[in-house]
Amino acid sequence: MSRTPLDTVEHAAATPDVELPWAELGLKKDEYERVVEILGRRPTGAELAMYSVMWSEHCSYKSSKVHLRQFGEKAPQSDAMLVGIGENAGVVDVGQGYAVTFKVESHNHPSYVEPYQGAATGVGGIVRDIIAMGARPVAVVDPLRFGAADHPDTKRVLPGVVAGIGGYGNCLGLPNIGGEVVFDACYQGNPLVNAGAIGVMRHEDIHLAKASGAGNKVILYGARTGGDGIGGASILASETFDDAKPSKRPAVQVGDPFQEKLLIECTLEAFKEKLVVGIQDLGAAGLSCATSELASNGSGGMRVTLDDVPLRDSTLSPEEILMSESQERMCAVVEPGKVDRFLEICDKWDVIATVIGEVTDGDRLEIYWHGGKIVDVDPRTVAHEGPVYERPYARPSWQDTLQADDANKLPRPQSSEELKDQVLKLVGSPNQASKKWITSQYDHFVQGNTVLAQPEDSGMIRIDEKTGLGVAIATDGNGRYAKLDPYAGAQLALAEAYRNVATTGAKPLAVSDCLNFGSPEDPAVMWQFAEAVRGLADACLQLGTPVTGGNVSLYNQTGEAAIHPTPVVAVLGVIDDVARRTPVAFQEEGQLLYLLGDTREEFGGSAWSQVIHDHLGGLPPKVDLERERLLAEILISASRDGMIDSAHDLSDGGLIQAVVESALLGGKGARLVVPDGLDAFTLLFSESAGRAVVAVPRSEEVRFNDMCGARDLPATRIGVVDGETVELQGEFELSLEELRTAHEETIPALLA
Amino acid sequence: MTARIGVVTFPGSLDDRDTQRAIRLAGAEPVALWHKDKDLHQVDAVVLCGGFSYGDYLRAGAIARFSPVMEPLIEQAKAGLPVLGICNGFQILTEAHLLPGAMLGNDHLHFICKDQKLRVENAGTLWTSDYEQGQEISIPLKNMDGRYVADQYTLDKLEAEGRVAFRYIARGEAADGYGNPNGSLRDIAGITNEAGNVVGLMPHPEHAVEPLIGTGRTDGLPFFTSILKKLVNA
Repeated sequence: MSRTPLDTVEHAAATPDVELPWAELGLKKDEYERVVEILGRRPTGAELAMYSVMWSEHCSYKSSKVHLRQFGEKAPQSDAMLVGIGENAGVVDVGQGYAVTFKVESHNHPSYVEPYQGAATGVGGIVRDIIAMGARPVAVVDPLRFGAADHPDTKRVLPGVVAGIGGYGNCLGLPNIGGEVVFDACYQGNPLVNAGAIGVMRHEDIHLAKASGAGNKVILYGARTGGDGIGGASILASETFDDAKPSKRPAVQVGDPFQEKLLIECTLEAFKEKLVVGIQDLGAAGLSCATSELASNGSGGMRVTLDDVPLRDSTLSPEEILMSESQERMCAVVEPGKVDRFLEICDKWDVIATVIGEVTDGDRLEIYWHGGKIVDVDPRTVAHEGPVYERPYARPSWQDTLQADDANKLPRPQSSEELKDQVLKLVGSPNQASKKWITSQYDHFVQGNTVLAQPEDSGMIRIDEKTGLGVAIATDGNGRYAKLDPYAGAQLALAEAYRNVATTGAKPLAVSDCLNFGSPEDPAVMWQFAEAVRGLADACLQLGTPVTGGNVSLYNQTGEAAIHPTPVVAVLGVIDDVARRTPVAFQEEGQLLYLLGDTREEFGGSAWSQVIHDHLGGLPPKVDLERERLLAEILISASRDGMIDSAHDLSDGGLIQAVVESALLGGKGARLVVPDGLDAFTLLFSESAGRAVVAVPRSEEVRFNDMCGARDLPATRIGVVDGETVELQGEFELSLEELRTAHEETIPALLA
Repeated sequence: MTARIGVVTFPGSLDDRDTQRAIRLAGAEPVALWHKDKDLHQVDAVVLCGGFSYGDYLRAGAIARFSPVMEPLIEQAKAGLPVLGICNGFQILTEAHLLPGAMLGNDHLHFICKDQKLRVENAGTLWTSDYEQGQEISIPLKNMDGRYVADQYTLDKLEAEGRVAFRYIARGEAADGYGNPNGSLRDIAGITNEAGNVVGLMPHPEHAVEPLIGTGRTDGLPFFTSILKKLVNA
């Protein structure tokens, strides 16, 4: 049997002319030349593997970096921010000595290829980011977008994604408390599977991803390394799907939530005993990422012996070991004197743990295999100094035409009967229909701290049993708005998540985002991206909610057709006492319904224009961030002082959607009247931002009105909680049963 | 004095800390027990909580049943030690043959999480005495493998001996908590052994103990107050 010689650093220096498959690994020619220039020689195969995965779009943010800088440059002053962008996840101070870490990430491409495992490992990855900060994960949320609800492939992708999220998250014991499910033909072939997680810790428990202290040991623990997900980061996430190429199925990783649950418990136990100097999870780019990031964030270098990595498949090459994205693995840096105790804890939890290297006092990352040195690089050049592109961008020529196609001019219902029909169509349309069939496959109750969960406006978790301190999280995004105007669309996503958090009574503190776009090589897409980032950064500054971290997913496109630009924004809030939270459901008959904010004729991008006219055009609703802030302050005060018993934010679907949801959840109807200055159609379907509908007990009406009046927030009485129907006086009356059937039977009929 | 109630943590247990909280809220003292420890540390009762012990590998509860802690537990349960198995704990109890029957995958093949209506069919066990016979309660159900099955003879015997402790209330719409959620034979949600000291059920009483949390109901608390009263008054 003949064997090719091991491609060591020495061998590479001696054989400069050997051709390496840099193009197959996803590197461009100039990128490869840059690697050669950095090293002063050709890279070894192992080095090439590392550079190629770490310089992929997914890991290096090479197309988005120049724009993302704005999140730092325009960051508002915030005392709450403890750890910002650049770590595994941001950390926010929520008071009483508690810190909360949260982040949203994408797992879009893998979830299209293999829905169950793609979605499951998306949950696994985001949860490891949370653990790596030192926190106990306490909840997950899942913003999802699929192709048309009645498309046959949606029936393949959605049930698999939902089962994967449930299968993994339920088995980890994490309540799933929020997220979204949106259908639109633009996501056909490019579903968006975003996953968010929240973790809680004490301030002193915050951990960072850095390897410091020469002589400290590098411990790889968790699952064995196998052949799954090899090249996933560079190949799957950085190229669009092309039917002509062979199947990439094996590139999707396979998850084992049981292993991850053990990883959580043993990591938290090691943290508790203060055994860990630095820590990093293994996600995209596996060991390449973990070793280079730990080393480049620390003060020294690192030496790793790859032979010591426990393998699931003994035939793996060193390049494959470095690139493998096998799940449920983490890497910790531990002082020599604490290694034994660390290994003991891993053993208690039946977790395999192996010392694979140590921190050195040099500044090189050196990796050995079979006695030969196969990697010798400056880790910073791998992890942080990848290529940066100033991609050309230009406002697409069709943008004006799209905006000129005004939705306000669409034919409106001409009779009460038609108005009623459209209400039923709207609340039963796939996007507006109840998602209970989906969310009932997720555990909401585990850990025993869930105060609110979907379909509430935000999920809410109690974090201190004695004081009642809690956190709330909402995720929102509206690709239709963003398509009409990406700058405003991104701001509206933030405004809605911010409003959703405030509607439940929590004070919005910080933001994480998941920016889903098409190919950055298309100047029109790049313009959408640049505009969305600029819009979001400006809005975060104005609302005082800094971006703490997030994720960019590009190349969400099939052929020439990109998805709608879809910035998904998560807002985290804090509430001093969860007993003061405000639910969506109507609580008591006789309570007065007030509409807060201004209602204008705004139908561009609306659910009504989509459901009734299959139309997308015009401008999205006007953004008024000062109004959002005022509305939030009123909602929080009203909740704290017991002036409202239920509240619901108005967004897609407008007022009627919100009232129907509150009525069905509470099992109590509503009688509505059209206030002066508005017509029935605009009242029901307009999607003006900065609005909410609240139920005020009669005893609180004067106090509530006084507060709104003093603060100059328009508050209009529009009806009363009453009876078994939703009635618009003089127009129509729909029984709760009729509405429930329309609202709840759509999704099971399409997908069950 | 109060009672010490053990809660076993297996690898993959999820509701251990929730169960300890429920025990504390009922006024008893929770004691953490570890699956590798062949010692029950003189607790007065044990709860096997929900989760995915050993990742549900092979079959839910099949591996946990052979954990070291199960040796003294099985022995003492047969001698009268009160044991409650919730969800995965119920699965472990059937695997350990402390309770008859088995759990199969839900008939609709999905994980289901919902507020579920149950009828207390036997308020005479050590774990149900704070309920009224026939009382209707609502507590969360969340599982993948919750379909109770047993052979005809066993089912008839359970019925005849009054050992069906809880039944799903089959009437009405499944949407509002009624209905058989998983195809369990004879709508059985939980059963007891002959002596009434070992009880298992699929729904989760430990998730219904605080007015603000979860479904907002406290219908699950009587499980823990029942056993506490029995132990303290014994």
